[in-house]
Amino acid sequence: MIDKSKIKKVLLLGSGALKIGEAGEFDYSGSQALKALKEENIETVLINPNIATVQTSEGIADKIYFLPVTPFFVEKVIARERPQGILLAFGGQTALNCGVGLYESGALKKYDVQVLGTPVQAIMDTEDRELFVKKLDEIDIKTIKSEAVNSVEEAKKAAKELGYPVIVRAAYALGGLGSGFCDNEEELTALTEKSFSFSPQVLIEKSLKGWKEIEFEVVRDQYNNCITVCNMENFDPLGIHTGESIVVAPCQTLSNADTMMLRALAIKIVRHIGIVGECNVQYAYDPQSMDYRVIEINARLSRSSALASKATGYPLAFIAAKIGLGYGLFELCNSVTKDTSAYFEPAIDYIVCKIPRWDLGKFHGVNREIGSSMKSVGEIMSIGRTFEEVIQKGLRMIGQGMHGFVENKQLSIDDIDAALKAPTDKRIFVIAKALNNGYTVDDIYRLTKIDKWFLYKLKNITDTANTLESYNSLEELPIDTLKVAKQQGFSDFQIGRALYKTTIDPEEANLMVRSYRKKLGITPVVKQIDTLAGEFPAKTNYLYLTYNGSYGDVNYLHDHNSIIVLGSGAYRIGSSVEFDWCSVNSLMTVKKEGYRSVMINYNPETVSTDYDMCDRLYFDELTFERVMDIIEMEEPHGVILSVGGQIPNNLAMRLNAENVNILGTTAKSIDNAEDRHKFSSMLDKLGIDQPRWRELTSLDDIYGFVNEVGYPVLVRPSYVLSGAAMNVCSNDEELARFLKLAANVSKKHPVVVSEFIQNAKEIEMDAVAQNGEVKLYAISEHIEFAGVHSGDATIQFPPQKLYVETMRRIKKITGQIAKALDISGPFNIQFLAKNNDIKVIECNLRASRSFPFVSKVSKINFIELATRVMLGLQVEKPNKSLFDIDYVGIKASQFSFSRLQGADPVLGVDMSSTGEVGCLGNDTNEAILKSMLSVGYRIPQKNILLSTGGAKQKADMLDSALRLHQRGYNLYATGGTHQYLTDNGIPAIKVYWPSESDKQPQALDMLHKKEIDLVVNIPKNLSSTELSNGYKIRRAAIDLNIPLLTNARLASAFINAFTSVDIDAMEIKTWAEY
Amino acid sequence: MQQIKKAILTLENGIQFVGKSFGYEMPCSGEVVFNTAMTGYPESLSDPSYLGQILVTTYPILGNYGVPPYEENNGICVNFESEKIHCKAIICQDYSWDYSHWQATRSLSEWLIEEKVVGLYDIDTRAITKIIRDKGAMLGKITFKDTDDVPLYDPNSENLVAKASCKEVIEYGAGDKTVVLVDCGVKHNIIRCLVDRRVKVIRVPWDYDFSKIAYDGLFISNGPGDPNYAKQTIENVRRALSGDKPICGICMGNQILSMAAGAKTYKLKYGHRGHNQPVRKVGTNKCYITSQNHGFAVDSTTIPSDWEELFINMNDNSNEGIRHKSKPFFSAQFHPEACSGPLDTQVIFDDFISLL
Repeated sequence: MIDKSKIKKVLLLGSGALKIGEAGEFDYSGSQALKALKEENIETVLINPNIATVQTSEGIADKIYFLPVTPFFVEKVIARERPQGILLAFGGQTALNCGVGLYESGALKKYDVQVLGTPVQAIMDTEDRELFVKKLDEIDIKTIKSEAVNSVEEAKKAAKELGYPVIVRAAYALGGLGSGFCDNEEELTALTEKSFSFSPQVLIEKSLKGWKEIEFEVVRDQYNNCITVCNMENFDPLGIHTGESIVVAPCQTLSNADTMMLRALAIKIVRHIGIVGECNVQYAYDPQSMDYRVIEINARLSRSSALASKATGYPLAFIAAKIGLGYGLFELCNSVTKDTSAYFEPAIDYIVCKIPRWDLGKFHGVNREIGSSMKSVGEIMSIGRTFEEVIQKGLRMIGQGMHGFVENKQLSIDDIDAALKAPTDKRIFVIAKALNNGYTVDDIYRLTKIDKWFLYKLKNITDTANTLESYNSLEELPIDTLKVAKQQGFSDFQIGRALYKTTIDPEEANLMVRSYRKKLGITPVVKQIDTLAGEFPAKTNYLYLTYNGSYGDVNYLHDHNSIIVLGSGAYRIGSSVEFDWCSVNSLMTVKKEGYRSVMINYNPETVSTDYDMCDRLYFDELTFERVMDIIEMEEPHGVILSVGGQIPNNLAMRLNAENVNILGTTAKSIDNAEDRHKFSSMLDKLGIDQPRWRELTSLDDIYGFVNEVGYPVLVRPSYVLSGAAMNVCSNDEELARFLKLAANVSKKHPVVVSEFIQNAKEIEMDAVAQNGEVKLYAISEHIEFAGVHSGDATIQFPPQKLYVETMRRIKKITGQIAKALDISGPFNIQFLAKNNDIKVIECNLRASRSFPFVSKVSKINFIELATRVMLGLQVEKPNKSLFDIDYVGIKASQFSFSRLQGADPVLGVDMSSTGEVGCLGNDTNEAILKSMLSVGYRIPQKNILLSTGGAKQKADMLDSALRLHQRGYNLYATGGTHQYLTDNGIPAIKVYWPSESDKQPQALDMLHKKEIDLVVNIPKNLSSTELSNGYKIRRAAIDLNIPLLTNARLASAFINAFTSVDIDAMEIKTWAEY
Repeated sequence: MQQIKKAILTLENGIQFVGKSFGYEMPCSGEVVFNTAMTGYPESLSDPSYLGQILVTTYPILGNYGVPPYEENNGICVNFESEKIHCKAIICQDYSWDYSHWQATRSLSEWLIEEKVVGLYDIDTRAITKIIRDKGAMLGKITFKDTDDVPLYDPNSENLVAKASCKEVIEYGAGDKTVVLVDCGVKHNIIRCLVDRRVKVIRVPWDYDFSKIAYDGLFISNGPGDPNYAKQTIENVRRALSGDKPICGICMGNQILSMAAGAKTYKLKYGHRGHNQPVRKVGTNKCYITSQNHGFAVDSTTIPSDWEELFINMNDNSNEGIRHKSKPFFSAQFHPEACSGPLDTQVIFDDFISLL
C-alpha cells in the first residue's frame, strides 16, 4: 500500500521526441499526471528533452530537465533531486524501458525511490512475451501461442490442438520459404513436408486472419476496484497494427454477451497482473464464435488510452496518477460532472472514429503497405452520431486533400482486388472506388475481412452520393435527401460537387449549398460530451457538432466576448506538438486577458484538446464550413489563425471574405506572404535579395531559366508546408521527371523553380511584430548547410557562429518586411547567408515550428506576447537581448526511419523527421551532445565507419576524423574516403562497398556483425541517383540500430561534442538554473 | 430503399419529436424512459421490467448486430430474457437497416414487426433524455399520420407485476437444494444463474403462497412498475421473514423485501437504467459497476433497525440493497444477473447459494 502522506516529491519521465509509435499522446498524459500531482501539493520533477511540449512549460512541473530519458541521466537527476516517488507510466515505452533499467540496475533501491502505480515486476510480466503467456496461463486466459515442432506428425498434433486454420512458419528459413496458411490436415501435411526440407524446426500457430481486434481500457486501484472506461473496435481486422487501423468507440459489431465477456476477462487479467493505474488490453476476437485471444496488454498510458480519454471525457492519466498516489477510485470525483464518482464507466451517446495519418509520400523507397508495424505519424478523432458522419468528418480531418469518403478525385488503381487484399495507406479510398465500380459488400468483405457492418455503412454513403448525383441543382434536390446527406456527414463541398459536377467552380458550389441549406434551417447542433449520456447535469465545455439531433446543448451569451483559436489538426511531418504548445499558450493568454477562450481542434494526441485548457472546446473540423458554423453560433470577438500552423493560415482569405474578424495580421498580408509571386515582387520593391526564381509556364521557359542560373535548381509549388512536393533537380532528366509530378499538385497555385545555392548557411528569424514594428525576435542558425529542410536541421540558439554584420542585416530586413506587410502577430523568415550575402527564402506570417524552442531557451514566451498583440494590447519590447543568454540551446531532430521499412534515411529539402528535442548546455558541444543522445544517438565505443561523400565534405570531415583517431577510435573507410584519410596521414582500415562483393572486408558484413558503433555516410550529391551502395549501408545501419549520420556538418559537430565533453562530468541543471 | 413512414412522439408536456419508423406501425402510449447502455437491445426489449414503457436509447445507433433466433433450453430462453418484447416502443437516433453478427438471423426491424412493437429512429434521444432528467419521468405517445390517436397510458396506474408474472408454477433444473423463485416479471438469466449453480428452481406466480412448498431458499425476482401493487407478494415475504431460510431479492425483489421488513419506497425522478451504475458495499472499499433498470427505490431512512443498507449508489446515494443484521436475508437493487450489462456482481448468487 502506498502512503500518500510520505510522498513529497515525485519524478515523472517523459517520452522524449515524437516518433512513430510514440507521439503527442504522452505530452497529454504527462501533463495530466503533473496536474494531478500539483493538486496534491507534491513537488514535481520532469525529465523530458522534448522542448516543444506543453508539459515542459512553465507552471506545469516544478522542475524541468531537458535531458535524455535514459538510465544514465535519470539516475543523475535522482541523485540530485532525491524524490520519494517516480512515475513510469506516462512517458510511453521510453519511460517504461528506462524505469525497468533503473530497477534492474538497483538505482531505484539505492536512492529509495518508490515506483508509484503498477509495480515494475508487473510491468515486466507484461513486456516479456514468455512471462506474459505464462502469467495468463495461470488464470486460463488464452493468448496467441506458437508451438515448435520437429516432425510432420508433431505438426499435425499441434494443429489439431490449436484448431484450423493454422500458420506454419519455418524457423531459420529466409524469405518465408516453407511458410504459409493451412486450412486442414491435408494442406498441413503437404506444406510441412516441404518446410522440413528447409528447416529442422517448424512453428505452428493458430491463424487469426480476419479476426476482429478489440481493445479495453481498464483502471484498477490498490483496493482492487476495477472499471473499464472504454472499449474500442478496429475497423481493420487483425493483422493491421491498431495504430494503423481506423478505430471506433464504442464497439459497434459486438453483442452484449460479446462485450461483457471480454470486459470481464479484461478485469480478470488486470487484477491478476496487479496493475495499479491504467492498462490497455487488446483482443483478437473470432467473428464467427465467442473465441478470443489476448494479443497484448500495455501496463501504462498508451495511444489508445489517450484516445479513450478524449473519446469518453474520462481523464485516464489524471486518475491513474491519483491512483498511483494511493487513492481509491471511490475517493475521486468525475471531473466532468464534478459531483458524481470517478468510479463509473462512461456512457457514450455518440460515436467516435480515429483515423491514422500517414506521410509515406515523403520517403523514397518506402513500402506503402500497412500491417503489423506502425508507420502512421499522427491521427485524428471525429465525433458524431452516425458512423457515416464520423467517417466522412474524419477523412476530411486527416488533411490529405480528401473531402470525405466520396466526391474525391478518383484514385487510379490497376487491380482493385489486389489493392483490397493488400492494404496500403489508401485502403479506405480503395473501398470507395470498389463500391463505385459495382463491388458488393460481400465482395469487399471477402477481400478485406472488414466487418460487413462497416461496409454497409460505407455503402450508404456511396448510395447517397449516387442519389445526389442524379440531380443537377439544389432546387431539384428533395429537402429530405439534403438532410440525409448532411446526417451522413456530407460537406457542402461534396454536395455541391455531386450536384453541379464540373459545371461550376466547386468552391462556388460550396458557398451556394451553404446559403441554400441555411435558408432551409438545415444547420448542425452542438452537443456536449458529458460521460453519462445526459443522465446527470454536467458543467462540461467539451463539444462537437452533428446533424443528427434537433436540439443543441449550449446556451450562447451573444456577448462577443470570446476568442476562437484554431488548432493545428493531425500531427504530420512538418506540423506537430510545437503548434499545440503555441495553441495552448495562446488560449491561456486569451483567458488571462479576460476573454473566453475557445478552441477548435480534432487531434486526440494533444493538450489543446483537453477540455480544461479552455473555456470551450469544439472537438471538430477545421474546414471552412465547420469553422464558419461555429463562428456563426459563437459570435466571437475575433479569431486567431496564426498559432496552429498552416491549416488555419490557409483559411485566412476565405474567412476574411465572410467578414470574420481575423485578429492580428490581415488576411491580405497573409496572402501577400504566402503567394510567392506577390511576395517576391514585394521583396524586389524593397530591394531585398532572394534566390532567383521563375514561375513555371512551359518546359522551354524552364530550360531557358536553368541555363541562366545553372543546376541544381529547387522546384516547388506555392502554398507549401514542410516542403511537400518540393524537390532539388540536378540535371535535365530529373527536372523533366519531377515537373510532371509537381504539376499535378495544384492547378490553382503555379509551380516555381528557383536557383539552389550550395554551401550557404541557413538562418531562422522568429519574431513578433505589432503594427509593422518588430517587438521581439530570435535569430537561430542551422548547423547543417542550406538544403536540409529547416524541420530536419539541427538548430542553434542563440547563434554562436554568425557574423555580427549578418545578424544586423537580418534584423534590418526583418524590420522592412514586417513594415511592408504591416505584421501584427507572430512570423518567421528563413534566410540564406553566404559571405555576408543575405537572401530571403521564405516568410510565414504565423508562429513557426521553432517558437517553443526559442521561447523556452530565451525564457520569453513569444506566443504570449504575440497573442497580446493580436488582442490589440500595446506591448513593450522585452529588455533582454540574445547576447544576454550565456548558454546554448540546440534543437535536434528525431527520425523514425527504423519504422519505415525501405525508406532511404537521407535528408533533403523535403522534411522527414517526426519530432525534435531541445537541450541546453553551457556551450555548443554540451548542448549538441545532450540533444543528440536524446534523439537516440549513442557515444561510439570503438569502431567507426566513414564514407564522407564529395571533395568538399571530405575536407570538412577531416578535422573530425583526426580527433577520432587521436581519441583512439578505429576508423574504417570505404575506397575514396580511405584514400583521402591516408593521404592526409590519418590511419584507416579499408572496407568495401556492397558492389565490390568479391573483396574483403565488406562494410555490410561488419554492420551485421555489430562491429561498427557509428556510421557516417554522406551522400555525394543531392540527387536521388546516389545509388544503391550508399543506400544499402544507410539502410543496414538503421535496420541494425547503429547510429547513422548523413550530413558532414552535423557529423563534425557530434564528433566534436563527444570527443571534447566528459559526459560523466557534465553538469546536470534544471531549465530554471540556466 | 423502402418507403419510410414518419411518426410523431408526443411527450406528456406537449413537446413533439418527428421520427421515422423501423418497426410496427401502430399508435401506442406508455411511460418514456431512457437507458444509457451501449449494447444489449435484445435483452432489454425482452426484459419484463420494461412492460408498458417507451424505451429511449441514449446510444445513438441501434440494430447493428441484428437479433438472434428464439431458442429455449429446458424451458429457459437462450438469447433473451423472456419469450417476448414487453416495452411499447423503442426509440433511437440512427437505425442500422443492415446488421452483421454470426448469431443473428433477423434484423431488429423484422423482430419488432413480428412482435407488433413500434420502433422509431431519427429522433434526438439526447434531447429527450435531458427533458426527462430535468422534468422527471413522463408519459408519451406515438402516432402515425394515417392511424388513430391514442390516449396517454400510465403503466404505473395498474398492477404490472401481475401482468408480467407467470400464471402457474414452473420447475427448472435439479439439485439437492430447492429455491422458490417468486416471479414478479423475472428475467430468464436469474433462472439461468440459479440453475447453473445446481439447485432446483420452483418459479411461482407473484401472489402464490409458497409457504406450502418445502424450500431451502427464497428468491424474489425483478419486475416492472410500482412495488406497492405487489401487496400479496409483500405479505407472503413478510411471513417468510419470521423464519430463518435464506432470502434474496433483486431489483423489485429488493423493494419487496424492504417493504416486507417495514421500509417504504418512492419513485425516483427519472430512474436508473443503464450498464454503468456504480455501487459501493457499505462499510467497505469494494465498489461494483452494475446493470440497473428501475424507476422506484427504497427509502433508506425508513429501513427498520434490525436491517441495514448493504449497497448504496455512488452517484446519488440512493439505496442499492439491504440486509438483515442477523438473519440470512439480503437483496440488491441492481441486476447481478446482468443480461444486459456487466457481470461484476454475479457473486451475489454464489453468496445466496452458499447460505442454503
